[in-house]
Amino acid sequence: MSSTPPEDPQDLSRRGFLQASAAAVGGASALAAALSPLRELDPDDLPSIESFFQKHYREMTAEEREAALERIRESVAKRWEVEAEVSDPSPRDGVEFVYALNVSRCIGCRKCVHACVEENNQSREPELQYIRVLEMPRGTLDVEKSDHHYEREEVPDRGHFYLPVQCHQCADPPCVKVCPVEATWQEPDGITVIDYDWCIGCRYCEAACPYWARRFNYSKPGIDREEVNPDMAYLSNRPRPVGVVEKCTFCLHRTREGRMPACLEACPVGARKFGNVLDPQSEVSWILRTKRVFVLKEDVGTLPRFFYYFDERYPRGGAAPFEEKTGRDAPAGEERR
Amino acid sequence: MREYLRFLSRCFRVSFVGDWRYQAWMAGLTTVALVGLNAYAKQLVWGLGATGMTDEVSWGLYIGNFTFLVGMAAAAVMLVIPVYVYKNRELSDLVIFGELLAVAAIFMCLGFVTVDLGRPDRFLHLFQRFNFPLSMLAWDVLALNGYLLLNLHICGYLIYCAYRGRKPSKAFYVPFVFVAIVWAISIHTVTAFLYVGLGGRPFWNSAIIAPRFLASAFAAGPAFLIVCLWILDRLTNYEVPRAAITTLRRIVTVALLINLFLLACEVFVEFYTGSSHGVSARYLFFGLHGHSAMVPWIWTAIALNATALLILMTPVGRHEFGLNAACLMMIVGIWIEKGMGLIVPAFIPTPLGDIVEYTPTTNEILVCLGIWSAGLLLFTVLVRVTIPVLAGRLTADRSPAPRHPSPRRLAAGEEPESRLQPRARMSRT
Repeated sequence: MSSTPPEDPQDLSRRGFLQASAAAVGGASALAAALSPLRELDPDDLPSIESFFQKHYREMTAEEREAALERIRESVAKRWEVEAEVSDPSPRDGVEFVYALNVSRCIGCRKCVHACVEENNQSREPELQYIRVLEMPRGTLDVEKSDHHYEREEVPDRGHFYLPVQCHQCADPPCVKVCPVEATWQEPDGITVIDYDWCIGCRYCEAACPYWARRFNYSKPGIDREEVNPDMAYLSNRPRPVGVVEKCTFCLHRTREGRMPACLEACPVGARKFGNVLDPQSEVSWILRTKRVFVLKEDVGTLPRFFYYFDERYPRGGAAPFEEKTGRDAPAGEERR
Repeated sequence: MREYLRFLSRCFRVSFVGDWRYQAWMAGLTTVALVGLNAYAKQLVWGLGATGMTDEVSWGLYIGNFTFLVGMAAAAVMLVIPVYVYKNRELSDLVIFGELLAVAAIFMCLGFVTVDLGRPDRFLHLFQRFNFPLSMLAWDVLALNGYLLLNLHICGYLIYCAYRGRKPSKAFYVPFVFVAIVWAISIHTVTAFLYVGLGGRPFWNSAIIAPRFLASAFAAGPAFLIVCLWILDRLTNYEVPRAAITTLRRIVTVALLINLFLLACEVFVEFYTGSSHGVSARYLFFGLHGHSAMVPWIWTAIALNATALLILMTPVGRHEFGLNAACLMMIVGIWIEKGMGLIVPAFIPTPLGDIVEYTPTTNEILVCLGIWSAGLLLFTVLVRVTIPVLAGRLTADRSPAPRHPSPRRLAAGEEPESRLQPRARMSRT
C-alpha cells in the first residue's frame, strides 16, 4: 500500500517494481485470508457440473428430467443412505384442486402441522413448517388479533376458534408474478410449485405473499435419516438445498395419484376436505355450493383455492333451540353461525 | 486501443499515489472491505442464517442499504439537469463527480442485492429465464445495469477525451446524458414499484412511495456531494466554486422540505384514518404490543432531518460548518428513514398478524460495512484519477512538457498550476 509507483510506465524503476510486487503479494494474501472461510464449504453442497447446467424444469426434455430425478436419488442415497422413490407426476386433465377447511370443526391440535413436516421432508433443525394454526378470539376474523404461539394443556379453548393457514394456491398468485427468474409457476391443476434447482433465493415471493405461505431455507435443512420420507417428487417434497424458497404443494406427489394430502389424513376431526372442484360430484364442490364459505383476506384479490366454511347445523332461516345454543360446549366457532 | 490500455494502466498507477492521509484512507477502506468479504465468505458457508433475517422479516439491512443507494445513484441527475438543461455554468465542472458517485452507488447496489441472494451461484438464471415485464425485480435489474452502463459511458468518454486532449464530440455523449436523466428517475421509481406493487403489504402499498424516494434521494445525494467537495476543497488545492455549493445547497434544502412534507402526508393518512392497514406504521412510530425496536430509530431520523432543515433554512446553513453538519445529519436521517424505516416495518406484523422483530447480526453488519468500503474505495479511485486528467496533468502527451511534471514532484505537493490541480493527495470521509 505504501509504495508509490510512478505515474508513467517509463519511470518504472527497480525499487518501484519491488515495492509494487510486495504490495501485490500482500494484497493477494490478505484476499486469500479473507476468503478462507470458504474452505469449510461441504463439497457435497456445491453444485456439480450437471446440476449447474441443469435447465429450468419446464425446458427439460424427458431424458433430462429423468437424469435430474436420478441425481436426486443419488444425493439422497449419499446423504442418508436411503433409497428414495423420486417421481414427477403430471397434472391430470380436468382436475383443479381445491381445499376446504371446516372452521366449526377444527380444534387447533396442530396434528396437520406435524404430519405436513413429516410428509414433506421439511427441515427439523432449523424448524420449518408450511401450516400455521392461528388461535382466534371469537368475534373477529382479523388475523392481527390472532395468537400463533398458543400453548394449552387442552384444545380447543372455549373462548377461541382456530384458523389453520397454509398456501392458498391462489388463482392469481402474486408470488408467481414477482419472481424474476420464473422459478415458480402455477400448474394446470392450480398448484403453485417451485423449481428448487432454479430459485435464486431473492425472497421477493416471500414478501409478495399475503398469506405468509412461503418459507426460505436460511440454513441447510436438517433431517435425520429415520425422518426422511422416501416417497418424493421433483416439484414437491424432495430434499431442498440451502438458500431456496419452498411451500405447500397440496402434497402433489400424493394428490396427483389419487391420494389425499397428509394434513387431511392427519386431521382427527375431519375438518379438512380436499378434491377436484371441476367434478360436480366431489365433496369440495358440494361444500362450495351448500356451505357458508369464505376466503381469508378476500380484499387482496388473489382468488385463493383454499376455502374456510362453517357447519350449518340448522336449516337456513330456522332458529336453533336456545338451550342448545348455550347449554353445551359448542365446538369452537359454533355460535358464529 | 493500445493508447486506451495505456490510459487504464496509468490510471491504475495513479490511484496508488497520494500523501499519507490518502494512503491511510485507502488502506483503511481496503481493510474494512476485506473484513466484509470475510464475513460474506462465512455467510456463503452458513447460508443467510448468518443474518438476522427470518421468514417473518425476510428483507433487512441489505435491501435497506440497497434502497438508499439507488437514491444516491439517482441523485446525479440533480447535477446533470442544471448543467445540460439549464446551462448552469457553476456546476459544469462538478457534474462528472455526480456521475462518478452514481457509478460507485450502483456498484454498491449490485453488491447489496448479490449478498441478499440465497443462491448467488445461480445468477445466470437471470439471463436464461428473465421474467420481464411481469416482475418488478426484472425491471430493476435492467434499470440499474442500464444506468451503470450509461454513466460509465458518459464519464469514461469525457475523461478519456480530456486525457487525449480532444474535444468531446457532442453526438457521442449529449444524447446519452438526456437518456440518463430520464433513466435516473426511472431507477428510483422502479425500485419504489418493487415494494409498492405488493398488495399483501399495506405499509408499502402507497402511491406516495416513489415521489418520497425521489425527494429523499435528491436530498441525500447532493448532500453527500457537498460533503465530498468540501473535503476536496480542504485537503487538496482543488477549488470548489462557491456558486456551485450555493446551488447544491438550494437543491438539498428544497428536496428535504418536500421529503418531510411527503412524510407528513403519509403519517397523516396512516394515523388519521385509523384503518387496520396502519398497523405497521404504528409499530414503526410508537411500537406494537410492547415491541418497539424501530421506534428510537425513526424518531432519530425525523429529528436529524428536521434539524438539518432548520439549519439550512436559517443563516447558519450558509456557513461551511453548518452546511456540512446539516448534510451529514440528513444523510444519516434519510439512510435510517429509507433503509431500515421503510423496509423492516412492512414485515411487522406478518401478513398473518404475528410480530417478530428484526435485529441484524454482527456478520450482516460487517458485510454491509464491507460493501460500503468497497464502494467508497471505488469512488475515491475514480475521483483521484479524474482530477489530474481533467486538469490536463495526466494526458496522452508523452513529451515532457512543463505542465506535465513528474509524479515525484507532484507527490511532494508542488506546482499548483491549473485550477483543477490537486497536490496529488485527496481524501474523503
